[in-house]
Amino acid sequence: MKTRREFIKISTAGVGAAAIGLQALKGKGFKWFPEKFSGDPVSNEDLTPYPTYCEVCFWKCAGYTYVDKKGKIRKIVGNPNDPNSNGRLCPRGTGGIGMYYDEDRLKTPLIRETRKDGSQYFRRASWDEALDKIANKMKEIKEKYGPEAFGFFHHGTPGGHLAHLMKAYGSETDAEPAYAQCRGPRSAAYYATYGSYIGSPECTDIRDTRCLVLIGSHIGENMHNTQVQEMSMAIDQKATIITVDPRFSTPAAKSKYWLPIKPSTDIALLMAWIHVLIYEDIYNKDFVKKYTFGFDQLKEHVKDMTPEWAYGITTIEPDLIRRTAREMAGHAPAVVIHPGRHVVWYGDDTQRERAMGILTGLLGAWGYRGSLYIPEAMEIPKFPQPPYPETKWNWKDLNEGRFPLATMGITTEIIRASVPKYNYKHKVKAWLSAGTNLPLSMPDKPLFKEAVQSIEFFAVIDTMPMEVTGYADVVLPEATYLERYDFIRAAQNRYPSIALRMPAVKPKYESKPAWWIVKQIGERLGLHDYFNYDDYSEVLDWQFKQVGTSLEEMKKIGVKTFPRTSGPLYLDDYENFEFNTNTGKVELYSTEFESAGFNPFPVYKPHPEPPQNFYRLIYGRAPMHTFSRTQNNHNLWDLMKQNTVWVHPSVANLWSLKNGEKVWLKNQDGALTDFSVEVRVTERIRWDSVYMVHGFGHSDKKLTRAYGRGASDEKMITHYAMDPIMGGTGMRVNFVTFLKEDPYKNKKEDKG
Amino acid sequence: MRYAMAVDTNKCVGCADCVVACQTENLVPNGYCRDWIVENVEGAYPSLDMKFQSERCNHCENAPCVRCCPTGASHIVEGGIVLVTHDECIGCGACIESCPYDARYVHPEGYVDKCTFCIHRVDKGENPACVDVCPTYCLHFGDLDDPNSEVSKAMKDRSWYVLAPEAGTNPQIYFLR
Ligand code: SF4
Ligand code: SF4
Ligand code: SF4
Repeated sequence: MKTRREFIKISTAGVGAAAIGLQALKGKGFKWFPEKFSGDPVSNEDLTPYPTYCEVCFWKCAGYTYVDKKGKIRKIVGNPNDPNSNGRLCPRGTGGIGMYYDEDRLKTPLIRETRKDGSQYFRRASWDEALDKIANKMKEIKEKYGPEAFGFFHHGTPGGHLAHLMKAYGSETDAEPAYAQCRGPRSAAYYATYGSYIGSPECTDIRDTRCLVLIGSHIGENMHNTQVQEMSMAIDQKATIITVDPRFSTPAAKSKYWLPIKPSTDIALLMAWIHVLIYEDIYNKDFVKKYTFGFDQLKEHVKDMTPEWAYGITTIEPDLIRRTAREMAGHAPAVVIHPGRHVVWYGDDTQRERAMGILTGLLGAWGYRGSLYIPEAMEIPKFPQPPYPETKWNWKDLNEGRFPLATMGITTEIIRASVPKYNYKHKVKAWLSAGTNLPLSMPDKPLFKEAVQSIEFFAVIDTMPMEVTGYADVVLPEATYLERYDFIRAAQNRYPSIALRMPAVKPKYESKPAWWIVKQIGERLGLHDYFNYDDYSEVLDWQFKQVGTSLEEMKKIGVKTFPRTSGPLYLDDYENFEFNTNTGKVELYSTEFESAGFNPFPVYKPHPEPPQNFYRLIYGRAPMHTFSRTQNNHNLWDLMKQNTVWVHPSVANLWSLKNGEKVWLKNQDGALTDFSVEVRVTERIRWDSVYMVHGFGHSDKKLTRAYGRGASDEKMITHYAMDPIMGGTGMRVNFVTFLKEDPYKNKKEDKG
Repeated sequence: MRYAMAVDTNKCVGCADCVVACQTENLVPNGYCRDWIVENVEGAYPSLDMKFQSERCNHCENAPCVRCCPTGASHIVEGGIVLVTHDECIGCGACIESCPYDARYVHPEGYVDKCTFCIHRVDKGENPACVDVCPTYCLHFGDLDDPNSEVSKAMKDRSWYVLAPEAGTNPQIYFLR
């Protein structure tokens, strides 16, 4: 049966040039270089540099796009004055050029149409038609249900432009997977403990640390640029690295101590470390006395949480727990307990992050050289506009009292509020999304599918035909970051800096910058006062002038740094420092958690174990790819074409799996991977778990390189554990088993 | 003058930034590369050791590829950089067979290609592209005869190894332990 919103593979109709299959091209000896360059490498003097900051991930490293005399982009190189990149982009940033050249890009606006027989397809549309359609729907939704019923999902800079439009229209019903599917628990925990956020780039003073502690965090596999660079500097300085990971990760290989923990037991280890620091009397007494609240209660709380107790839970030997605790104490306060970034694992993640915050407090490893520094970012004045209208309700009201410490919208709540059967008080009726591939960033794909069938309208802004675009009624092709002006980057760091992104070339095809797209919609809605400019460069010039520079100057230098004005970088240079918590202290005992009805101290609770013949699915990152967004980029595809499933040799033996053998995965709920995935037999993973790099297994055929390559971990994540504190979706609670036979052999399944 | 490169295996994370930077700098077509990463894992869980190596042409002092080239397209220039003159290369592949490091490939345009130590940059006093991009600062380039060059400084006080020493090629990529 055809559903109302059938998933359309964009290549199937009406886009003009249909995609030619990879095999066909190979047969003809096609060279994988989308636009042929010939000749020799040119020296930089023959190239023109245009400032930009990278959009291949959220680190936003500044650099230059180099364009040759024929107007072709040749390379992207970091800006040496940029504190985020220090002149060196990561492989994704260096390969970001492939985003521009990708011949599979969205080329024109598309509108969903239904044929007489009920089947659906995308029709190429003009910008005017597509924009009119969206604006008319927005008016209609506003009249029928109020603007709040128009929900939106966003990530990155296009998401920022979308948020401006939606707030001007009257909706704050928004969420970004970067919160509840990523770093949300960290925000809630550190805010409760220290009254401030870790922020991005994280305020970790890895460069000057004596001891770096990574708990499930894999610097070097994630290419959070500055952190990778600084970990290398720490190695030069012979700093101790301690890595806690069930997998022998890249940083584990660089560590003095690797703690191969049993998955899901990190809180027990953290509490045992806290126990050792307190009961061996090696915690940072000055810091604890001067700055913390609740030490005595903590001491009582961890009384029985000995290394011997933790051994039975974590499988880490008591002696190793003690030695690593002493090592940290010996280096305190120059210790970085890395708070991690993607921290939604088991549903008690805010409490695990709290335990990390408490450990940090006992070491006094906050605000000192080599621990967590006090970051500062530049305040950029807002371009003149009227205030946003008041909303009758917003994302927070959807939670109806659940997840009281959430500070941003929760993706799954907006999605559930879109499904009538969940009977939310406030109902979401339409969606807009920009810069996020929802079905591959979310757990529980069936829920997503149900919701997308229930809503009245869905429009997507993106550069690529991602899975999410297949569900849209209107698709708008966005220009890549190399072809557009954008917000000023004013990221936090040790000192404030700003960076310019400007177009190096004209947008390819009919793509348009996000700022232009939202302005066109805004004008159609009578919101001109919020978009009072013809070109975004006017906004930039005005803003640059407010902070003492200009667009003209920034076009030359790309990045400008400023001295700190908020106060010193380190705590010891302050006379009095008050933490922004209820008690004005670092809250070892969280009064905020207590008054919200949660345990003021973390407690280890066992999590379900894999059933017989199933293995816990752990997922992570490869240095060459960002989420599910980069697999089709020909430069990055060339570096890594597919993921593998890592299997311990003893498990491989049991199943008689060979290295490179193709298997399908099935999870505890019977969900299957769309495609087969190659087995990688390796000692680097525990026998009770398997590991996959996230973001592969694309099911949209229009992604000619990425389609069918590897398997999607997200498809195996049908189950998730909700964090009651802030709404995070813990995703390491799924178990998979191997299928050696093609489960699709005898049936045609909807692989979408 | 003796150009060489040192790769600090304690710091390399195997990210392949050096690979993609080389590809864009030197117009290496997709599907081909002049440098690549090797992951070496030893031991059994949980007593493991792992090192990444960023590898490329070793610019051997005693280069078998140069010796076996029938046209003289493969040659050595000042500073010991081994190069291939594209116009003189007939694509016979003898050099590819003779290289113990598998450093060469046939470019789709018909000639043999490989790492040039980015001579177009080095000539201008710049570092090779891979060296300048590496986010872990683990690649060091320069003149081994100059004790103050980056490569000499990086190798000082460090033990190192080279690949396939038994081949007698006297390779010039040094891996720091
Ligand atoms: S870390 Fe890499 S992908 Fe992310 S912004 Fe920096 S260069 Fe781009
Ligand atoms: S760029 Fe540097 S860290 Fe990355 S693989 Fe190459 S040598 Fe190693
Ligand atoms: S020296 Fe230049 S040509 Fe050789 S591997 Fe590095 S970037 Fe490529």
